[in-house]
Amino acid sequence: MDYLAVVLLEILYMIAFLALISAGLAVVFGMMRVINLAHGEFVMLGGYTTIASYKAGINIYVAMLLIAPIVVGAVGLLVERLIVRFLYGRMIDTMLATWGLSLLLTGLVTLIFGNTAVSVPAPIPGYQIGRYQMGGYNLFIVAVTILLFLGMWVVLRYTRVGLIARGAMLGADIVSALGHNPRIIYMLTFTIGAALSGLAGGVLAPLTGLLPSVGGAYIAKAFITVITGGAGIVAGTLSTAGLFGTVNQIVSFASTPVIGEIAMLLLAIVLLRLMPQGVTGRFFRNST
Amino acid sequence: MAISRRQLLTAAAGSTALTAGFSFPAPAQGSSIKLGSILDNSGLLDIYGKPMVMATAMAVEEINGAGGLLGRKVELKQYDSQSDIALYTKYAQQLVRDDKVDVVHAGITSASREAIRQTFRRANTLYFYNVLYEGGVCDRNCVITGTTPAQAVEPIIDYAMKKWGNKIYTIAADYNYGQITAKWVAHYAEERKGTVVKTDFFPLDVADFGSTIAKIQDAAPNFVVSALVGGSHMAFYRQWAASGMNKRIPLTSTTFGVGNEHLALSAAEGDGILIAGNYSQEIPDAANKEFLARWQKKFGDTKIVHEIAVSQYHGIKLWAECVKQAGSIEREAILKVIESGAAKVDGPAGLVVIEPKTHHASLDIRLMVVRDQKLSIIETAKQRPPSDTAQYCDLLKNPNENKQFEVKI
Repeated sequence: MDYLAVVLLEILYMIAFLALISAGLAVVFGMMRVINLAHGEFVMLGGYTTIASYKAGINIYVAMLLIAPIVVGAVGLLVERLIVRFLYGRMIDTMLATWGLSLLLTGLVTLIFGNTAVSVPAPIPGYQIGRYQMGGYNLFIVAVTILLFLGMWVVLRYTRVGLIARGAMLGADIVSALGHNPRIIYMLTFTIGAALSGLAGGVLAPLTGLLPSVGGAYIAKAFITVITGGAGIVAGTLSTAGLFGTVNQIVSFASTPVIGEIAMLLLAIVLLRLMPQGVTGRFFRNST
Repeated sequence: MAISRRQLLTAAAGSTALTAGFSFPAPAQGSSIKLGSILDNSGLLDIYGKPMVMATAMAVEEINGAGGLLGRKVELKQYDSQSDIALYTKYAQQLVRDDKVDVVHAGITSASREAIRQTFRRANTLYFYNVLYEGGVCDRNCVITGTTPAQAVEPIIDYAMKKWGNKIYTIAADYNYGQITAKWVAHYAEERKGTVVKTDFFPLDVADFGSTIAKIQDAAPNFVVSALVGGSHMAFYRQWAASGMNKRIPLTSTTFGVGNEHLALSAAEGDGILIAGNYSQEIPDAANKEFLARWQKKFGDTKIVHEIAVSQYHGIKLWAECVKQAGSIEREAILKVIESGAAKVDGPAGLVVIEPKTHHASLDIRLMVVRDQKLSIIETAKQRPPSDTAQYCDLLKNPNENKQFEVKI
């Protein structure tokens, strides 16, 4: 019984982990159809920002929940103004440019922080379920993810800003005809996407530790989650994160984490073969 | 391999910079003796590599400071393999073909050693591997100054089983070091009527151990043996402590401390982990204190000095002793010294003697426990032999042997 609770909690954590690292990418890809190959590096930057702020004596929660998204959001804004905005509608060119950007960011961080693993201690102690000890920080990550997605859903669904954003996503010309500048919408969307990636990196930093090359590990998982999710940002990301997280952890418990990862990738291939438009291309079609 | 002009210029600039670094009076006669070294000075494994690179520079500088060898200066060719196996093979070729070095002290992971060992054997370039490892390499061209399972695993299993019980859970890195070490753990446990309830392997980039920690609790072993390696695996110790398990199931490790893991973790996270090995900064002997003082003078921070940096230092000093005794830098002459049993060095971690039959080292083994970010010594066993490898390997009888033996379970 306790063991079941432990497995469920680990599944919940894995779902939150996948959803969290995919949120920024889902916003940018889902709304703008821009494939940002530097997404993993945005997450990595969030982690480094958190660690650097923490080492400078700033409260860890302020560092990960405020400073990391603000700094990475600013980087995103800069990237959009300097690179991405010239390439809207040119998917391959955007991919090339952002891939180059990812290499540049990895190089810069290596230059500043060194090619060394760094980390901060998890600020929340463990707790007990029956005879099992669990990491308390995992629950914090789950809570952050729930709040984040709830926030995204409310904004997209019930606010005027969300309405305009969804409008721009469906038909930029119409929104433009109604007096809104799609260029500004895109700029803000990209910035918010980057800020979400920074938040993910900051929140995850205490659990995993960081290397400048860590972005590569995030981007693959984020991409399969978002692409398999399809066009619905919140529903798509959550449904695939839910599927992948569950399969990954159940197989991990039954065998090893490596096989869990393989099972997750196999599932992604099967899903994309059955639903090329992603999960939200078939189910939850009118969701956000 | 074609060499572009740019590579040539970089190499030339690099070697001038290295030579310029040593401001010793050039010994009167002859060209310099070349010592090659390939270590991971960056990347996932740099927690191991960086101090080793420093120890290499320090050993060579000390040899040159004392007038060099045979009246000649020792010139260091140091390459950074960036935690990339492909670069090991590349630089190994470079060392034997272009640099034409006289001896090589290289490699950190067992995967890297096996990637380059045959290159040096084919080129008849004497090769020293100065890192603790899974044992069993039987190759006349290869001299090993690190510890093997009989030295670093058996004492842990022995002590832990007496203290905590006979049910063991093993977690190990998923490459030859972890896999073979896990077999030795099972072997030594069985010898003492213990059981390994489960063994899990993890690739070097795995950083999420949530399901593993739950599985360990489910199996409820008396203690856990970790043979995890590298920066990502550090997450295990962190998550283990974050869930409070460090207070419930004792943890032992064959690798912990070697990468200064005890410094990266807080005292509360690391306290109580049991390890065995050759070196601790807490060794009270004068040789160690003087070594640390010299390190302090040269690099400042002594906190990062770990066992395999000391092994690398031992290896180079031991080779230098062999050269002096042989009166030659020729491979055969040095091997003759080693096979007479006269190859030894008294270093910061005590006496290191190379056994003629296996080319492995007998050395002092310390059982240690992590306390307050330090490796405090529980007991010391003097001159423990590499008995695991000696079961299979006799290079005096079979000088052409070239393989790595593994324990059968």
